[in-house]
Amino acid sequence: MIYNAGSYEVIVIGAGHAGCEAALASARMGCKTLLCTLSMEHIALMPCNPSIGGPAKAQVVREIDALGGEMAINIDKSNIQMRIINTGKGPAVQALRAQADKLEYYREMLKTLLTQKKLDVLMAEIQDIETSDNKITGVITKTGARYKCRCVVITSGTYLKGRIIIGDVMYDGGPGNQFPAMKLSASLLKNGINLGRFKTGTPPRINRRTVDFSKMIEQPGDERALAFSFISPKQKKPQMSCWLTHSTPETHRIVMDNIERAPLFTGVIKGRGPRYCPSFEDKVVRFAHKDAHQLFVEPEGRHTEEMYVQGLNTSLPEDVQMEVLRSIPGLENVRIMRTGYAIEYDYVPPSQLKLSLETKMIQGLFTAGQINGTSGYEEAAAQGLIAGINAALKIQEKEPFILKRNEAYIGVLIDDLVNKEIDEPYRLLTSRAEYRLLLRQDNADIRLTRRGREIGLVDDTRWELFNRKMDSIENTRAVFQEVSFTPADEEMNVFLTGMGSAPIKDRVSLWELLKRPEIHVADFEKMKWIEPMDAEISEQIEVQSKYEGYIAKQLEQVKKFERMENRKLSPDLDYDEVYGLANEARQRLQDVKPTSMGQASRITGVNPADINVLYIYLEKKRRN
Amino acid sequence: MRDDIIGAISTPPGEGGIAIVRISGEGSIKKVKQIFQARVSSKDLLVQKPFMLTLGWLKDEEDEILDEVMVATMKAPRSYTGEEMVEINCHGGVIPARRCLQRVLSTGIRLAEPGEFTRRAFMNGKMDAAQAEAVIDIIRAKTDRGLKLAMKQLEGKNSDYVKELEDFLVEANMLVEANLDFSEDVGDLDYEQLRQLLLKTSAGIEKMLKSGELGDIYKEGISVSICGKPNVGKSSLLNALLRKERAIVTDVPGTTRDLIEEYINIKGIPVKLIDTAGIRETRDLVEQIGISRAQQAVRDSDLVIFLLDIEAGMNDEDRAIYNDIENKERVIVLINKDDLMVKNISEEDTKKNFPELKVIWASTKEDIGIQELEDVIEKMAVTGLMDYDNLGLTVSLRQKESLLAGKKYIQEALDAMGEVTLDCLGVDLQNAMASLGEITGRNLKEESINRIFKEFCIGK
Ligand SMILES: Cc1cc2nc3c(=O)[nH]c(=O)nc-3n(C[C@H](O)[C@H](O)[C@H](O)COP(=O)(O)OP(=O)(O)OC[C@H]3O[C@@H](n4cnc5c(N)ncnc54)[C@H](O)[C@@H]3O)c2cc1C
Ligand SMILES: Nc1nc2c(ncn2[C@@H]2O[C@H](COP(=O)(O)OP(=O)(O)OP(=O)(O)O)[C@@H](O)[C@H]2O)c(=O)[nH]1
Ligand SMILES: [Mg+2]
Repeated sequence: MIYNAGSYEVIVIGAGHAGCEAALASARMGCKTLLCTLSMEHIALMPCNPSIGGPAKAQVVREIDALGGEMAINIDKSNIQMRIINTGKGPAVQALRAQADKLEYYREMLKTLLTQKKLDVLMAEIQDIETSDNKITGVITKTGARYKCRCVVITSGTYLKGRIIIGDVMYDGGPGNQFPAMKLSASLLKNGINLGRFKTGTPPRINRRTVDFSKMIEQPGDERALAFSFISPKQKKPQMSCWLTHSTPETHRIVMDNIERAPLFTGVIKGRGPRYCPSFEDKVVRFAHKDAHQLFVEPEGRHTEEMYVQGLNTSLPEDVQMEVLRSIPGLENVRIMRTGYAIEYDYVPPSQLKLSLETKMIQGLFTAGQINGTSGYEEAAAQGLIAGINAALKIQEKEPFILKRNEAYIGVLIDDLVNKEIDEPYRLLTSRAEYRLLLRQDNADIRLTRRGREIGLVDDTRWELFNRKMDSIENTRAVFQEVSFTPADEEMNVFLTGMGSAPIKDRVSLWELLKRPEIHVADFEKMKWIEPMDAEISEQIEVQSKYEGYIAKQLEQVKKFERMENRKLSPDLDYDEVYGLANEARQRLQDVKPTSMGQASRITGVNPADINVLYIYLEKKRRN
Repeated sequence: MRDDIIGAISTPPGEGGIAIVRISGEGSIKKVKQIFQARVSSKDLLVQKPFMLTLGWLKDEEDEILDEVMVATMKAPRSYTGEEMVEINCHGGVIPARRCLQRVLSTGIRLAEPGEFTRRAFMNGKMDAAQAEAVIDIIRAKTDRGLKLAMKQLEGKNSDYVKELEDFLVEANMLVEANLDFSEDVGDLDYEQLRQLLLKTSAGIEKMLKSGELGDIYKEGISVSICGKPNVGKSSLLNALLRKERAIVTDVPGTTRDLIEEYINIKGIPVKLIDTAGIRETRDLVEQIGISRAQQAVRDSDLVIFLLDIEAGMNDEDRAIYNDIENKERVIVLINKDDLMVKNISEEDTKKNFPELKVIWASTKEDIGIQELEDVIEKMAVTGLMDYDNLGLTVSLRQKESLLAGKKYIQEALDAMGEVTLDCLGVDLQNAMASLGEITGRNLKEESINRIFKEFCIGK
């Protein structure tokens, strides 16, 4: 029996990292929103590694923050360690990384959701989406409740027809032995959405009290007070260490002796897994010449003895997992608390999406997160935020919010998903961004706060703080450019010589001097040539000065890129009508329906001649 | 929307006469001004009347003369494309036209895509809608032909070689990117390994460019004109080289009235030989026309054989003809009729008059010096390229542009290495990959990401 249970403007299916952001964004933008989850106890769950950030991902977290999302604030509240990695490799790849307290992360997110105005949270499995005329009209729960709505955002992660595999043991299930969602896939298929199947895996968790840390190398957190969010107070929490150990030839022998029991090799696992996150058995087979692989033992939180063994993701049978663990230095007497497993799940090949993350097939239906073939908490959260924003904008009858490749990693992520053929779980890398030097973690706020303000997700407090920071950067830069020295200023040349830097021969501004790798803002402060300033201001000044040349190079590339990006293409364009397109290009264009000439040019199979043909077609149409 | 500046050769390649390098886009004139010097130094392209031809020289990077050219400027919207335009009339033949275009591209002007000029013309309302479809057909035809050509060039040797270069670059980039994205998994970057890979790539590109130039000559050939006053034996020389009686030979001065073009193969190089009318003062209208054609042919050809009659000696008429030949470095002096007893030209004379040039003593009658002439033609055609191993590659202009750009970025990376942080180095490498990748159409960026996972054991 189906009964009418109520109506919302936006319904979000799934309360993982994508779903939480989507629901919060939608509610904060004023839409009456419902967030559904299979389990109230597993909201914003981290089913795999207990960390957030790192190269490319840290940038994304800061971007989410600048747009008024929640992930940065939430991890600032719940971390047990923070470090900056890739220091010394340049500002574009420097990245903050936090170890999370998983339970704390959940609690903080739950609190935020439950105190959010216009947002209801409901524990229910959605089994059907309802449509009419290819438009979303509502959803139906397992227990027969129909909720009407105008937009749906599906963020079902790895739960759709989830199947757990551990050696020869297999069963339907979601991450962490939760219920899977077995029915929703059929409803999507019925509505013309194609599905594919991917696989991922996670290592066993072990009991801290059975680990001998004396045989491992300690990895403490950073001394500095750090934060992801622009508005979080930079306070230092008591840090918990991670520990480094490694596998041994004995470990590899155990794996090889049992390889015929590994589902990856027996053919039981068919879904494609990510190469950047191979299972341990895969590593042993493929890199047979290596006799040790690094393994990090990381705490899962302050309130538990569970520890995560990074590098040991596996679906080997449980008895083999135990043997493997015990061959590792420091883990000789270890006890498992959770067994490692692989999981297969349905995903929506994302070429079916628009850049707004709305499906092309069904109006008002959005998908975000791992369901779109990505992996990673940050990638999921970013998509959730964008889908939530665009669902709300749709309700408000406004233009979709789309970030370009030169504006944000989020732009790179979504553009790649829509235009590339995704044949393994997609993860962001800094090398996927062509304008990497512009998309830094240190300037995410500068890049995107204004955009967040425009859509209504940046509140007054943040906006004011932001403007103050911008003014301060502007003023400080002016000072650096004005204050200059001549060779006659002995103090300067004595200082430079002392720093092992060449003395000046002409008049030089502080701005120019700062370009020298060995000179830093702090040195000028010490010399009292400038007033002391906030760390985040001096960071900006330093990056902007030191990298001015390379940044200019990238801006030049962006100019070219934008010319084509700004030439819009209508989604109704019928490419069969365009005379002179090559067949392959016509097919691909018809499938993707690009929104700009730039996007069209990035589609595999579309070449420059086709772009020229398109230009001519459009002009002809304009004249008629 | 403002378009960038594009350039291309607009006359079909290899078809003698004048070739035009066209440039279109706002700022074209300013760009060309940088590399052009008017013969009348007071003339400034920027203020020159539209469509007026300005005579002058195209200068290379060292400010040396590259070619004598005529330049016409056009202001928007009164031009073919409706944009600001420049047309550079340079000497025909593949090599001079390419040289000019290359110089033009070196100022940052982009090589036009097939049909791009026409597209712009259309977009700017320079063509009506009915013409649009014809334009598309042209674009398609050109592209398909281009594609076919590119495919052919990419077969075999050429593609193997480029792929090898690309692989080096991919490997270099992979090292950098792995270190940026997965520093904890891959350990420290070996800068020396990176440098070696980049040097290898760069050297390979260099070799390919050189070989490509040679390849051009072997594929597209060169043109050689024969000039001199009447009766010195020009037609006899043509016949001697052809080894057949092609041109009429008489002892009447002024026998040859029009150009005679014949193709021969000299040591694998296709050569277009052009016999011309003897140059002299004349009232005969037909002969006058023949003479002016002769002068034009001399201007347009890649090499010029200047003939003298040893018995007749060298008088003012000869000197005038010689002085009129531009770009003397392409001249071969041939002293003909060396079989005769009376010799009015001595070695001292030639040393004095042609100090820098190759002089050949010959007799078309006795077949003396013809062999030597062939050797000299071959050598001059491949001047400066003899030291390089011939890879036997052909390199199209577009590929060349990509190779040059790639080389430039690799050099920038090499220069910056150690001075800048790794993320900046990545910018240069990505640019280099984008450039080289254009040649084979490989997505090198994607490949280097793939390589990371193959080479390194990455993974949480
Ligand atoms: C075993 C495993 C290993 C992983 N390993 C890695 C890794 O090594 N590196 C990495 O970067 N990422 C890894 N991930 C991926 C990472 O956890 C996810 O990318 C990320 O959590 C996805 O977020 P999401 O919001 O898309 O989905 P999830 O966090 O999975 O959330 C899905 C939500 O949808 C709800 N839901 C699903 N279906 C329904 C329904 N029908 N009705 C109502 N609610 C529903 C669920 O209750 C849940 O709240 C792994 C994931 C798993 C499960
Ligand atoms: N002895 C001798 N006579 C030659 C030689 N080459 C050409 N002659 C003669 O010189 C005369 C002119 O030869 P052409 O080849 O017609 O001379 P040309 O330069 O083509 O003359 P125009 O076409 O009139 O300009 C002919 O009588 C030739 O036989 C040579 O090497 N030795
Ligand atoms: Mg003759």
